[in-house]
Amino acid sequence: MALNVRVPQPLRNLTGGASTVQSTGGTLSDCVSALEASYPGIRDRLLDEGGEIRRFVNIFVNGDDVRFLSGLQTELKDGDEVSIVPAVAGG
Amino acid sequence: MSVNVYIPTPFRHLVGNRANVKAEGGTVREVLGNLDAQFPGFNDQLLDGSGRLARHINVYVNQVEIENLQGEATPVKSGDEVAVIPALAGGAVMTPEMVDRYSRHLIMPQVGSAGQRKIIESSALIIGAGGLGSPVALYLALAGIGKIGIVDFDVVDRSNLQRQILHVTDSVGIPKVESAKQRLNAHNPNVEVVTHEEPITSDNAFRIIEQYDYVINGADNFATRYLVNDAAYLLKKPLIDGSILMFDGQATTYIPGKGCYRCLYPAPPPPGMVPSCAEAGVLGAMCATIGSIQATEVLKLILEVGEPLVNRLLLYDALSLEFRIVKVRRDPNCPLCGDNPTIHELIDYEQFCGAPIPHREAPFGG
Repeated sequence: MALNVRVPQPLRNLTGGASTVQSTGGTLSDCVSALEASYPGIRDRLLDEGGEIRRFVNIFVNGDDVRFLSGLQTELKDGDEVSIVPAVAGG
Repeated sequence: MSVNVYIPTPFRHLVGNRANVKAEGGTVREVLGNLDAQFPGFNDQLLDGSGRLARHINVYVNQVEIENLQGEATPVKSGDEVAVIPALAGGAVMTPEMVDRYSRHLIMPQVGSAGQRKIIESSALIIGAGGLGSPVALYLALAGIGKIGIVDFDVVDRSNLQRQILHVTDSVGIPKVESAKQRLNAHNPNVEVVTHEEPITSDNAFRIIEQYDYVINGADNFATRYLVNDAAYLLKKPLIDGSILMFDGQATTYIPGKGCYRCLYPAPPPPGMVPSCAEAGVLGAMCATIGSIQATEVLKLILEVGEPLVNRLLLYDALSLEFRIVKVRRDPNCPLCGDNPTIHELIDYEQFCGAPIPHREAPFGG
């Protein structure tokens, strides 16, 4: 289950600067765990204390917001693109 | 000697609803005569009682107005492009200066005289005369939008000059809205620039926003972004949103009823979780990319052409030079625009975001 994960600028200090990383997982929850194993600290940036996706972070699977799919239980398949998009306020 | 003649929308019914027709002739006068022979009644629209071109009609040969050539005696040769543009066709009056100024708009069938008049009759409010507000304001002013409002409480700082193209070195220390007004009117004196030298707050947001057709967000903090989103939605104004940080940019257009900023980002990050441009920096040229997209969206909405960036979030990664689009949906549970809304008036956004709205004594929110 190879996934491409798009990492936004503010999280790239955790991925060695990489804008896209490979990950695995049958669900988004599995994918976050796999990311945490490879890039320690990233889970806390994505999920809150209750283990839910932070409300200012959006995660899209193939362009669809997972809040309108099955959240962290959204199923993933080989080749899916997972995009992490945080709110940005700069103007 | 066959030339191509561009026919603007108001005259197309005379030529079988075509935008381009062929005509014969060695001069502009002969071409116009030939058009009348092909399409009886055509010249009645162009000539005044004495048989001369009416003063509100401008004729262009290869995009040069014939007054600057040899008038109706201007010679044409095979393959030349002739355009017949009415300067005044009801609604906003376009002066000859405007017809020259906006000629590259006027010759496009998607804009034309009718579209340019729509632009001239429109108004837009720009939140922040900063990195994004600068290119948005400049391009809307150049396009001839009738009225531009600019909200900004701040004065120009030297550190703004790396990206905020409304301001120049001599502007340091003067209010940004004043600097903006000077620059915009130097570019296009036809535009009315209204300055709102104050932070936008729950107390003044309705009073300011209700004066404009479109709202463009170039704010630099979350509290202002939620405030502007809520006020624009409650006043049923389209909001053209953009944001930038470091090498990343985002843009989307919110049309009331089709989702809002809260549908995309239900809550702001806790203070300190997402850095600001003042903290993390921004590549100056990023502002033009996102700001230009915002200005383009406003013009498309005015002209009612194309597909607006509605229900789509554009993500720009300057480092990999990639543009991607993800879907934005109206959230039925949205407290503002959902099925059972709980927000019916403006709230305390400083409390909601846990951070103050920046003002003159604390321009970075601190």
